[in-house]
Amino acid sequence: MAVREIPRIVSGRWDVDDAHTLEGFKRTGGYEGLRRALAMSPDDVIAEVSGATVQGRGGAGFPAGNKWKLLKDSFPRWIVVNGDESEPGTYKDRIIMERDPHLVIEGALIAAYACRASQVFLYVRGEMAFAQERIAAALNDAYAAGLVGKNILDSGWSIDVILHWGAGAYIVGDETALLESLEGNRGMPRPKPPFFPAVMGLYLQPTIVNNVETLANLPWIMMNGAEAFAAIGSEKSNGTRLIAVSGHVNRPGTYEVECGIVTFRDVFYDPSLGGGIRDGRELKAFIPGGGSSPWFFEEHLDVPLDPTVVGPAGSMIGSGAIVAMDDTTDMVRACWRLVRFYAKESCGKCTPCREGTSWLETILARILAGHGRPEDIGLLVDVGDNISPGPFPGPGLAAGDAPFAPFPYKKTTICDLGPSVVSPLMSAIRRFRGEFDAYIARGVGPEVIASV
Amino acid sequence: MSEDEAVTETARGTEGAVEPDVTEKDTEATEDATEEQQSPPPPPGIPLTIDGKTVYAEKGERVIAAAERNGVHIPRFCYHPRLRSVGMCRMCLVDVDTGRGPMLSPACLVECGENMVVETQSEKALKAQDGVLEFLLINHPLDCPVCDKGGECPLQDNTVAFGPGETRMVEEKRHREKPIALSDLVLLDRERCILCDRCTRFADEVAGDPLINFIFRGVETEVNTFPDHPFASYFSGNTVQLCPVGALTSAPYRFKARPWDLDSVDSTCTTCAVGCRIAVQSSGTQLTRYIGLDDDAVNHSWLCDKGRFSYEAVNSPERIAAPMVRKNGQLVEVSWGEAIDAAAAGLKAARERAGGAGIGVIGGARLANEDAFAWARLADDALGTANVDCHMDDGLPADVLLGLPRATIEDACNAPVVLLLAPDLKEELPVLFLRLRGALTAGRTKLVELTPASTSLTQFAAVSLGYRPGEAGLVARALTDSGSTTDVGPVPAAAIDTARSALAAPGTVVVLGRPSLAESAESVADAARALAALPGVRFLSALRRGNVHGAVAAGLHPSAGGLDTAGMLRAAAAGKLAGLVLLGADPLTDVPDRRLAQSGLAGAGFTVAVDTFLTESIAGADVILPAATFTERPGTTTNIEGRVSPLGQKLTPPGVAWPDWMIAAELATALGTDLGFESLDDLRRAAAEALGGFSALAGDTVQPPVTDAGAPRVDAYGLRLVAGRGLYDLGVTVQKSPSLAGLVRPVALRANPRDLARLGVTTGGRVRVTGPHASFAIDVVADEGVPLGSAFVPANVGVDDARSLIDASSPVTDVRIENL
Repeated sequence: MAVREIPRIVSGRWDVDDAHTLEGFKRTGGYEGLRRALAMSPDDVIAEVSGATVQGRGGAGFPAGNKWKLLKDSFPRWIVVNGDESEPGTYKDRIIMERDPHLVIEGALIAAYACRASQVFLYVRGEMAFAQERIAAALNDAYAAGLVGKNILDSGWSIDVILHWGAGAYIVGDETALLESLEGNRGMPRPKPPFFPAVMGLYLQPTIVNNVETLANLPWIMMNGAEAFAAIGSEKSNGTRLIAVSGHVNRPGTYEVECGIVTFRDVFYDPSLGGGIRDGRELKAFIPGGGSSPWFFEEHLDVPLDPTVVGPAGSMIGSGAIVAMDDTTDMVRACWRLVRFYAKESCGKCTPCREGTSWLETILARILAGHGRPEDIGLLVDVGDNISPGPFPGPGLAAGDAPFAPFPYKKTTICDLGPSVVSPLMSAIRRFRGEFDAYIARGVGPEVIASV
Repeated sequence: MSEDEAVTETARGTEGAVEPDVTEKDTEATEDATEEQQSPPPPPGIPLTIDGKTVYAEKGERVIAAAERNGVHIPRFCYHPRLRSVGMCRMCLVDVDTGRGPMLSPACLVECGENMVVETQSEKALKAQDGVLEFLLINHPLDCPVCDKGGECPLQDNTVAFGPGETRMVEEKRHREKPIALSDLVLLDRERCILCDRCTRFADEVAGDPLINFIFRGVETEVNTFPDHPFASYFSGNTVQLCPVGALTSAPYRFKARPWDLDSVDSTCTTCAVGCRIAVQSSGTQLTRYIGLDDDAVNHSWLCDKGRFSYEAVNSPERIAAPMVRKNGQLVEVSWGEAIDAAAAGLKAARERAGGAGIGVIGGARLANEDAFAWARLADDALGTANVDCHMDDGLPADVLLGLPRATIEDACNAPVVLLLAPDLKEELPVLFLRLRGALTAGRTKLVELTPASTSLTQFAAVSLGYRPGEAGLVARALTDSGSTTDVGPVPAAAIDTARSALAAPGTVVVLGRPSLAESAESVADAARALAALPGVRFLSALRRGNVHGAVAAGLHPSAGGLDTAGMLRAAAAGKLAGLVLLGADPLTDVPDRRLAQSGLAGAGFTVAVDTFLTESIAGADVILPAATFTERPGTTTNIEGRVSPLGQKLTPPGVAWPDWMIAAELATALGTDLGFESLDDLRRAAAEALGGFSALAGDTVQPPVTDAGAPRVDAYGLRLVAGRGLYDLGVTVQKSPSLAGLVRPVALRANPRDLARLGVTTGGRVRVTGPHASFAIDVVADEGVPLGSAFVPANVGVDDARSLIDASSPVTDVRIENL
């Protein structure tokens, strides 16, 4: 079955060669959404966006309009654009920023106007040199054209946009860590409570942190209305979302798909999307929403891309990064590779994450190197439990395993990085215990040494 | 328990101690306290359940603190009641149910809420705590047998109480070079560090020296300094006390002792006049360390490094251990009897020759209250002289010091406005600086500065009036006179206006000291008397010298025509002082005008010195009597607030040294006068009778301000000298403490960049500075904080410093500088 044709809300200009220039952007309808927003009252803009249920596209999935309503009634207040996309497997915000930078600016301005923000901060991941170049050039052009700065579009409304480049830390994708970084401090998450950004955010003032893709939806909503947006997707999950498909598929890439309708089967097998598993092999497991999400398996292929369905099924749709693993994949090694990422990226602030992630990594590395012990499996599970206590979310259990638990996970840590490391670990151990046992039983063999 | 927790948290109680039980108040104050206790108890507060027991919390109180008050100890590493909670170590995870089911939450972050249910012993909570301890231990080196902290280590204690019995970690632990020096005084063992953020939070939030921070990430995270910026903070030692493991150790204490071998007594630091409460700890016959005690009213457990490490001077092998008498030009060690007889004979002869007016007693601020009282009686009864002064020509008149309404540190921290007419508090009274800085950053008070050069608090000041030395009185009068509309010297009228409106609210606390040693005391006193007209004003002294306030209260200040220190030195230089007693006084380093000190000491007649070290000042004395320091005798001391705190005896004095009061009593007897006391108890009774307590004022009344004080004329070609001390100076306390002696900063002249530009020099350049009596070359630093027309030169830090320039006979000193 082919997926339904939908309007390309955020990727519409990706085929336009000069969409990153102000001229190309305006020619294709750019800044008209802003013009329309400025003709409305801020509250009406919030109402319109709330009517559209734009679930946050950064990972947490909290609807943008509702988020704005949480803002504490205090000024100054800020809009911060989270362009620190770094979840493993995710590459969608970067493409928006590179190919359609004005769309990000326009979306941010609409949000700022709706929230009566005093300033916009646009935070772009440190490693994304090309995105930074494009965003900076676009912002300069927008300032020169009176689209940012004083008296925008002769509306009498003024706002500045401040650019900030990250310094190269995954953790800054967490909104509170991003705010710390923006303040010039070391990027480490703040505890929530009490530091909910909408109450005590940047410089302890009310702050909205929105993902790039989330904001990129706003101009379209302004132009076409909430109803048109809500008509796309399922009842609870409106509009479209970008997915970054990678791994063992024939057509890896970033695609805009309909929320809540398109299923993971479509993602992997539809000719317009993943186009099938490479070499016609079998799908063994897949990561449904970035490296932090518990893995899904073949029984989940018909789950639609809807947070309200994926969550109860035991995982999350997260940042929309979908990674396919075929039947050639060494699951112990895959697990170790993900765990290593989180161990390296732990900010070091809280104990369970700082110590636990690297301990897990060294145990897995030891198992891979052929020095595993039978008791290591129980140790891995218990160390995982000390980072994310209680039944860990995730399905696909063999008979007799711990009971199934829905998302989200519990944590002893400050932020979600710690539990993120437990996702691949518990997924792999529960479903592919045999592979671990095989490594442990086999000991050191030449092929193992070669592979590590 | 750690030194920190054992002493400050358990012994003192953690929260809400209203008045330290250690403070001896005079009778009146004790009665007040009793009355307060009898007042009806406050409403119980927010009800919540902790481990099945209903408790009541204050608004905003954290679960960990409320639990502690009610006898439930929740294990913790990063939480500290004096620091912002960060919830990093996760050791205090407990089950908290706010109505949505129990959830693991850090007790240090969660504020007590109505009907909250807290379970500290639930299966989940215990497993989480076990897990966190295991995580903390997997990379911890467990080198407890050679760790300074072993035996008083929260990580050890929590492991015993909550931790797993054996390790499940078979991998290699993380290894680092150990230790590394963060500064001259503090070393870091990164393997032991558990990254609790206490030291880094303290440095940033409390000390305002954010010189240490986390670097790298994940398991490689470590605390470190920024490249080429050592942790050179005056407060670095507090991080060692705060460290919950043995990661931070102090260079002087490292490997010196085992905590369980230490013997401890509560006392009060007398290095400066803040009067920080400390535990003095010793091993054998040596002092090993001072620990700051958590006193709500004074030091909040903090100490400055000078105070903390000055115990080295007490241990110094150079201490005078026996009395000495000059025989044939040489000082010879003799018995106490011979020395006392020699001193009495010399002083008696001097008195016979020149009368009581020909004898002087300089010093006494190092003494305990009891000593000061005894020596004041000796001077009065046995020597018959009114020439007595505990100030080293750096004090304030007694009427201003004790006669104006006095404020406590806490009063200052909660006053609507603090008016600072004092030197840089960070250099002179470091912990008072910390307290005021804390109040200012928390927005509890506002600061108006009246200062001849910027201070460490200037950055927090609502208004900073950079006045010209000699004109403090003029500015003060302009502040109290709404009709004044003109500039006063370099101070613009607009700034005075702003300050005046800030001071309109009643209850200003004036922190009053000597803003510049090159400006006469009378000029500052005149300003203080004028400021006494502010509504509801109170004064907090900022004089530095140890027990100077107790000494003044006990009577060691000139009265009834007596000479002050400068007067005595002048008289001595003129050959009119036949007898001189130096009472723990070192005029050559401490008197601002060194020429005056030199000529006075050279011209003095028979000289008796009572001291702990053979300083250059007393090298020419005829009799030298060895004295005990404040750790070697019981007694009391009085701080800037007038608060009287006990001194604890930890050691016996070196050799045959005596407490000063005993020396006074023996000397009086030899002079034929019975002072009437043979024990400290006798002495205290006598003092209570005579003074009504050591914080009271002995009979002075406040002088009226001079109504028409003219300012000294300005030398259009010169710069008005501003002189101030640094924390680390050439005094014996620093110089005899090996760890501190090297920290004295080089001498440099600071002046406004525009003044320097006229000369064509800037930072790094060198000029010749010429005062009334001396001229020398000096490095310059351009400093916007020094007003136009002034020049700041530090005192007591080098051979050629402000002491060579200051002319004590003039109310101000002008200098000229020329490019070299």
